[in-house]
Amino acid sequence: MYVAVKGGETAIRNAHRLLANRRRGDPSVPSLTLEQIAEQLALACDRVMSEGSVYDRDLAALAIKQARGDLIEAIFLLRAYRTTLPRFGYSEPVDTAAMQVERRISATYKDLPGGQMLGPTFDYTHRLLDPALAGDEEVEAPESHESDETPVVRVSDILAREGLIENDGVSESEEIGDLTRTPMEFPMNRDTRLQALSRGDEGFLLALGYSTQRGYARSHPFAGEIRIGEVDVEFDVPELGFTVTLGRIRVTECQMVNQFQGSSKAPPQFTRGYGLVFGQSERKAMAMALCDRALRATELGEDIVAAAQDEEFVISHSDNVQATGFVEHLKLPHYVDFQAELDLVRRMRAEHAARRDSDSDSDSAMPEAAE
Amino acid sequence: MTDQPLLCVNGVSKFYGNRIGCQDVGLELWLGEVLAIVGESGSGKTTLLNCISTRLPPTAGTVSYRMRDGQMRDLYRMGEAERRFLMRTDWGFVHQNPADGLRMSVSAGANVGERLMAVGERHYGNIRETAEDWLGRVEIGLDRIDDQPRDFSGGMRQRLQIARNLVTVPRLVFMDEPTGGLDVSVQARLLDLLRGLVNDLGLAVVVVTHDLAVARLLSHRIMVMKDGAVVETGLTDRVLDDPREPYTQLLVSSILQV
Amino acid sequence: MTIHTDDGLATYNFAYLDEQTKRMIRRAILKGIAIPGYQVPFASREMPMPYGWGTGGVQVTAAVIGPDDVLKVIDQGADDTTNAVSIRNFFAKVAEVETTTDTATASIIQTRHRIPEEKLKEGQILVYQVPIPEPLRFLEPRETETRKMHALSEYGLMHVKLYEDIAKNGHIATTYAYPVKVEGRYVMDPSPTPKFDNPKMHMSDALQLFGAGREKRIYAIPPHTDVVSLDFEDYPFEVQTFVEPCALCAAHGVYLDEVILDDKGGRMFVCSDTDHCEKRREGGHRGHLAGDARETAQ
Repeated sequence: MYVAVKGGETAIRNAHRLLANRRRGDPSVPSLTLEQIAEQLALACDRVMSEGSVYDRDLAALAIKQARGDLIEAIFLLRAYRTTLPRFGYSEPVDTAAMQVERRISATYKDLPGGQMLGPTFDYTHRLLDPALAGDEEVEAPESHESDETPVVRVSDILAREGLIENDGVSESEEIGDLTRTPMEFPMNRDTRLQALSRGDEGFLLALGYSTQRGYARSHPFAGEIRIGEVDVEFDVPELGFTVTLGRIRVTECQMVNQFQGSSKAPPQFTRGYGLVFGQSERKAMAMALCDRALRATELGEDIVAAAQDEEFVISHSDNVQATGFVEHLKLPHYVDFQAELDLVRRMRAEHAARRDSDSDSDSAMPEAAE
Repeated sequence: MTDQPLLCVNGVSKFYGNRIGCQDVGLELWLGEVLAIVGESGSGKTTLLNCISTRLPPTAGTVSYRMRDGQMRDLYRMGEAERRFLMRTDWGFVHQNPADGLRMSVSAGANVGERLMAVGERHYGNIRETAEDWLGRVEIGLDRIDDQPRDFSGGMRQRLQIARNLVTVPRLVFMDEPTGGLDVSVQARLLDLLRGLVNDLGLAVVVVTHDLAVARLLSHRIMVMKDGAVVETGLTDRVLDDPREPYTQLLVSSILQV
Repeated sequence: MTIHTDDGLATYNFAYLDEQTKRMIRRAILKGIAIPGYQVPFASREMPMPYGWGTGGVQVTAAVIGPDDVLKVIDQGADDTTNAVSIRNFFAKVAEVETTTDTATASIIQTRHRIPEEKLKEGQILVYQVPIPEPLRFLEPRETETRKMHALSEYGLMHVKLYEDIAKNGHIATTYAYPVKVEGRYVMDPSPTPKFDNPKMHMSDALQLFGAGREKRIYAIPPHTDVVSLDFEDYPFEVQTFVEPCALCAAHGVYLDEVILDDKGGRMFVCSDTDHCEKRREGGHRGHLAGDARETAQ
């Protein structure tokens, strides 16, 4: 019999209790510590920090634990926390030329000042499951050498000396936009677009970047340089009259070098696609650089022929917190609207049947259909 | 009222970087007059058409239009709202590819009715009646009124596009290769229809074509373009029968006599 | 004013949002009120509930709510649907305001998909949760283009859609999110309320605010504003009608939900507005299945 939906409050409470229980799993297995997550699932933390737009490894670890390893849910938790944080000001742009690099590779030069450094990479590992990892084997200490503290010159700077590549460029507006504080409007400037890409969904950008390689807005990219390492975050304090270092963050930077034929405004030279993300995520930084370059089609006078070049399409759909919310909202009740559609479909079916009946009535020669 | 031209183009130039689209073009068009702009592809005729129909801002020059109240107005000094209103009421634009001028996934009736609804017509019955009338005038069967143009042949689509443009009884219609891409018998029928409509409605038309036969059949006056500049202009029969400029002579002799 | 939680870890400002954010949202709301039906872009914040689950409505409510307000939250017309409960609890916690299910005593009503049956009064605010604020979105997906269409009042396409409905079905086949024209200027999406509720927006005594969090838009209908559902002269706008009255309170002329009773095609129709239904039953109105319902509710 009909029971009015009165249990909402209790149902929610009970569901959340069950969730907590399932999150913990078998209580005889020790609970994960945040240190374990931060140390051993470091790349998951990096992704959560990057797409959650908060550089805080412990909070990322907490979010991952709370989200039962669902990274998009963890990103969401971090974002929701982030909005409540007061805003003191904006840091100075980080100087990636002064990065203390741990990994640095260039696909455009065999060797270059500062050298190629593989760093902690999955590249060239054979993807064979390692049963030893099921246990707690000792791991060899890594080779290390004293850093000589000389900055590693960027490939883009090497090309720039010859004027072969476009400059860093200046922001189109006086002030750098802030995606989280001002309403998004199209067309965007590149500064805000890069912000959106940097916190955009890795999978989405990966697929779009991939599509540009397969001919949907081909842009002839070379991985000019990928570098991972730590940079200082500096903050200008007007009261002091100088900048102070707030701390160091680990970032991944990718500069794609792309062919460009030149236009009526610009001489032929290499153009750049840029990717910068928190933590270590080469895949994301590279995909971001491909997307950034593709999205510059209008600026560079290229024809817009593919999804990856379509700013409104890419930016409107790159945020996984927005996407997951709206896709999943379909499970909320919609029965009021469904009722309206139900009513309409029934009415249209009745009209259809009536029309059919009147047609068959007028056609008296038709034999009665079996009931 | 006819003491002033309907459309007045002065010193219009368009440059793409260093490349010339069209250069220093002037023309006047009078109510009821059909002007053909002819030339080879790359001669700048489509650039010119786009410049005077406000679809492409020229680098230099002015385009003015005599509004229904008799005032001459500089089109590029008008507000966008007014200009777009003008474009969907007093003007028409017939694209070479009907898909560019039609809503392919909307019924033929709605395609014709859209302009009426855009200017505030709110009676379904009247809209439908007008759409039926216009489908009839462009020789599309009334049983096709609820079909989408994607199910139409090329010729039918083009006729539908013409009906869609003429439904608000504009005074000026731009046409970009209206018969391009159609086979010859279909072309002939379309030209015949166009000629009839233009005469009946007293339309002013600027038609761009590379096909001198189209110009001969439709236009009163002709303008020959080469490398972005006007090489010869005059009455159609005069220019085609007695071309003065060497380029025009070449152009006329290079096609079969019509 | 700050709300402290028991564990002392996190502190939130009154109604969750910081005052700066609230001021920004209030400016957007004021602009919306000044230009009825116009979608005002605002820098929507991430909220602790998912986008698409009422973040726009929650931000609007958070920006206008004060300690003395009485809040009612409904989803599908009901106070007890899970998402309504969740949002009500959120405000009870972060703003410590009084909540109610009674339409008449609420000063702010946040809603998803319905407008209460009871006529709203002067001084009340109805806050709508909006998923897609752009009425032209499914005709033209581009924001840059739709903004231009609004700016130039180019709404012909909207009627093309209605024309197609009639040509195909003999009547307008839009049943919810039925577009309206506000104060003779902007075409507006009333959010996915059934068109049954459209007439309630017209000349309402209450202030109506619309928040779309994911799409970052706020719009408004000030009290006593002209709200007209789009139609044709010869195919005028019509609302849904129900043959049967509510099975519990016998109300006619209200919006009903269909409730499936068994797997043999048995069903009943009951008020979607639960508060309205309960009040009528308290007032002695009885539908033909009211007895059964009372028993099972025990």
